[in-house]
Amino acid sequence: MTRPPTTHAAVELQNLTKSFGLAKIIQGVDLAIDRGERHAIIGPNGAGKSTLFNLITGKYVPTSGSVLLHGENVSGKKPYQINRMGLSRSFQITNIFPKMTVFENIRCSLLWTMGYRYSFWHLIDRQNSVSQRAEEILDQINMVARRDELAGVLTYAEQRALEIGITIAGGADIIMLYEPTAGMSASETNYMVDLIRKVTEGKTLIVVEHDMGVVFDLADRISVLVYGEIIESDTPQKVRESTRVKEAYLGSVLEEAN
Amino acid sequence: MKHDTENSTVPSAAQPGRAPLIAMRSALPWIIAAVALALMPVVFASGSALTIMNQMAITIIFALAYNMLLGQAGMLSFGHAVYMGLGGFFCMHLLNQVEYNELYLPLPLLPLFGGLFGLIFAFVIGSFSTRRAGTVFAMISLGVGELIAACSIIIVVFFGGEEGVSGDRTMGPTVFGFDFASQLEVYYLTVIWLLLAALGMYLFSRTPIGRIANAVRDNEERAEFLGYSQRNVRWISFCASGFFCGIAGALFAINFEILTEENLNLATSGSILLITFLGGVGFFLGPVIGAVVFTLLQTVLSLYTELWQLYLGILFVLTVMFFPSGLAGLLAMHVRPWKIGKLGLLARPYVQIAGPGLIFVLASAAVLEILFHARHASIGAEQMSLYGISFNSHAVAPLAFALIVAAASLFIIARLAPALLEAWGDANHGDSP
Amino acid sequence: MSLFIVNILDGFVTGLLLFMLCSGLTLIFSMMGVLNFAHASFYMLGAYFGYQISTIVGFWPGLLLAPILVGVIGAAIERYGLRRVHKFGHVPELIFTFGLALLIEEVVQFFWGKSQMAFEAPDVLNFSAFSIAGNAFPAYKVFMIFVAMGVFLVLLYILTKTRVGMIIQAALSYPETVQNLGHNVPLIFMGVFGVGTAMAGIAGVMAGPVLGTFPGMAVVLGSIVFVTIVIGGLGSLWGALFASLLIGWLQTFAASYNVKMADILMAFGLNQPVDMTTSMLRDLWSLTLPQIGPILPYLLMVFVLAFRPQGLFGKRET
Repeated sequence: MTRPPTTHAAVELQNLTKSFGLAKIIQGVDLAIDRGERHAIIGPNGAGKSTLFNLITGKYVPTSGSVLLHGENVSGKKPYQINRMGLSRSFQITNIFPKMTVFENIRCSLLWTMGYRYSFWHLIDRQNSVSQRAEEILDQINMVARRDELAGVLTYAEQRALEIGITIAGGADIIMLYEPTAGMSASETNYMVDLIRKVTEGKTLIVVEHDMGVVFDLADRISVLVYGEIIESDTPQKVRESTRVKEAYLGSVLEEAN
Repeated sequence: MKHDTENSTVPSAAQPGRAPLIAMRSALPWIIAAVALALMPVVFASGSALTIMNQMAITIIFALAYNMLLGQAGMLSFGHAVYMGLGGFFCMHLLNQVEYNELYLPLPLLPLFGGLFGLIFAFVIGSFSTRRAGTVFAMISLGVGELIAACSIIIVVFFGGEEGVSGDRTMGPTVFGFDFASQLEVYYLTVIWLLLAALGMYLFSRTPIGRIANAVRDNEERAEFLGYSQRNVRWISFCASGFFCGIAGALFAINFEILTEENLNLATSGSILLITFLGGVGFFLGPVIGAVVFTLLQTVLSLYTELWQLYLGILFVLTVMFFPSGLAGLLAMHVRPWKIGKLGLLARPYVQIAGPGLIFVLASAAVLEILFHARHASIGAEQMSLYGISFNSHAVAPLAFALIVAAASLFIIARLAPALLEAWGDANHGDSP
Repeated sequence: MSLFIVNILDGFVTGLLLFMLCSGLTLIFSMMGVLNFAHASFYMLGAYFGYQISTIVGFWPGLLLAPILVGVIGAAIERYGLRRVHKFGHVPELIFTFGLALLIEEVVQFFWGKSQMAFEAPDVLNFSAFSIAGNAFPAYKVFMIFVAMGVFLVLLYILTKTRVGMIIQAALSYPETVQNLGHNVPLIFMGVFGVGTAMAGIAGVMAGPVLGTFPGMAVVLGSIVFVTIVIGGLGSLWGALFASLLIGWLQTFAASYNVKMADILMAFGLNQPVDMTTSMLRDLWSLTLPQIGPILPYLLMVFVLAFRPQGLFGKRET
């Protein structure tokens, strides 16, 4: 892939490695993801997908190499600092504020980017712009009817949808989702894919996913991670045809998909 | 009621302009509280009643401030007496400056300075103690609390050593002709500050930082990925709590005109945890209920029995085990039956179980009292009097009688319990209107 | 010099005593994530049980029976109390053990009253083992050193050579993994809690005759124990050992060397204020080392946390 030299990729990984003790989980990953691209990372179990995800989002510190967001190195930065650089993520295990209402969950995720930060001189109920924006997001994720429920009592699929809402609410331009359809029925999965496509319109999306249907449906480009290395990074069509990928991993799954 | 959920009634987005600062509906409870507090001295006019009410008001502020940490930000402090105590000590020295060095400071403004001192100390200590949440924060707060309590014995100049620091609140300029020599004037001063502080803390819970404190409490990792530094959120909550603790400390100085090491030590820090938890940490009103009930129990029970702290300990442990949402939580459980109009279903089983329940409590207490008396009475003083009956505590019969009554009432309670549970289920079954 | 050696030994005894509590506390914390606020209360129970048994059948059976009794009570509390609260989270657990500490103190006063018990070391050990330049070292303290070391050796053996020990070790390094085993390990939890509290009980029986058996003994030692494990690093056994000995020596030396602040200040060329009753700095000038001894552990904690928030040996984010 070639890019104009003046603009930086949204996310760029340079010779990234990560070891836990003796185990080298990520062994030198180079990857550039353009702005506005929908990028999927797939790979067999134990390939290091979640480690890679946590490296990009700043939860783990790289052993060597670097992660650049819009050309800026993020290593050593705290999660909140990375978030303020425009990256927002979802989690492997549903990660919401269970004791707050759905509306309150969304509203909390708006506060920082709408400039309220640590304010103790605003009354939150009087900030109509925040409430309005929260209502809009509720509408986007189709949860207006559930706005006053406690997040903890929602169904699993609803909680995942809420988590997507929380992730995009702050207006980050890089959205990272971890297995957003894991554990969902076919109809729920279709619904979720549509939702993700809708709410990440115009944003950079990086998604780690198991479900091949979802991946080929959603992604502009797919990277295949095997044993901590990216063996292929190309369009869905090319990845589908790649013999290397077939050998390493996909074979049987793809035939089913065809 | 519950401060996480109550806030969802936002005016619809279509409403033009800003909502009024305080809507009439939400102002009503505060007006009722203010009127009730203003009328209290008419009902309870005696000096001792005023003392108890003042004590209660101060404890309420302290407990509310403590719950800004425990309930709202999820931070468990074992050394929070320090901020109230230090605020109080500084205010006592200010009072002495007023008396001896003609510092001009009207007494009603003193709590503001107490708050500032509390805030300053919370800022400094919070700078390192709030880096972590949970157990580590709890241990650091304990260590810092013990450090300052121990220092208070060494630094005699400031803390006055064993006898503490005392002063005279009446030496300042009079305000509208009040010199605050009488208990009643002090009561009104305390109550005005109680309302101001409670309102301040209530409003704080509805600011962006107040909400994010809840978010960090529930899920600190998620909050970090929303752009918030969990440490800064905890630090700000800690400072705000310190400010209101300092106000409570200043009011303590005004009321009692003496502060000692006791205002700083672990026992005081522990009892505010106990009060807040008994009341219910998940509710804004919880600490208020806790403070009122605790102060009453303390003053009434301690008149009748030496064992009141044992009873309190039992009550506390049972609360943690069986009703972790406290008294306010118990009350809140009845909101749903009330809303769907089925509270009446509970009346009968409650009345049925109340009698045996009371008998069980009294009989169990009797067992403990008799055992305690039998073990610790001085030789020759074997007669004891309980519930107006006089008997020999060393004899077997009274103890056996109390045990039998306790067991029998427990048996009856066990027989009545299924009916209560069934009624409870029925009362909660149905749609909200 | 001879005073120095006696202090080394005295501090060692205090440090070992502290470690008997800290090690149990650390094991429980590492396994279950619960910081047992009532740990020092079990130490107190040990002392009182030891006393009560010693009045009936003598000191030696007490040394054996009291810790067993304490351990059984501890295990029962874990089974019927703590396990119930566990599902509410760590903060309620901590509050529960805090309530337990209050309750145990009240229960002790209920049975034994507020005054100090006449719990004394057995006559067999009531002689001085040796003396260094006139400073006698009681045999009882030598005995304490041996018992403590014996307990640690047994513990070390269990931890490194048995299957249960392996699981506990795994819990020390990978607490989440072992906790994820979930309901397969409640028995081990109960056992660890029982053994941890029993060790506190042994410490109590041994310390009772030396440090006094009174209702405040849990509070006196409790805060120091928590400070110690924070300094050492929560969850680190080596950290607990290091910090225990450090604090043992710190307190012993501070108590026996009467260094006066006035001398230090004058060595820097400062002049003592003439009128000591009005000077604002009089407390600074009259300060002595034994006076600040009790607060040294807390100062050390603040100091350590300022530079190493995870404690000296702590690795784990809590």
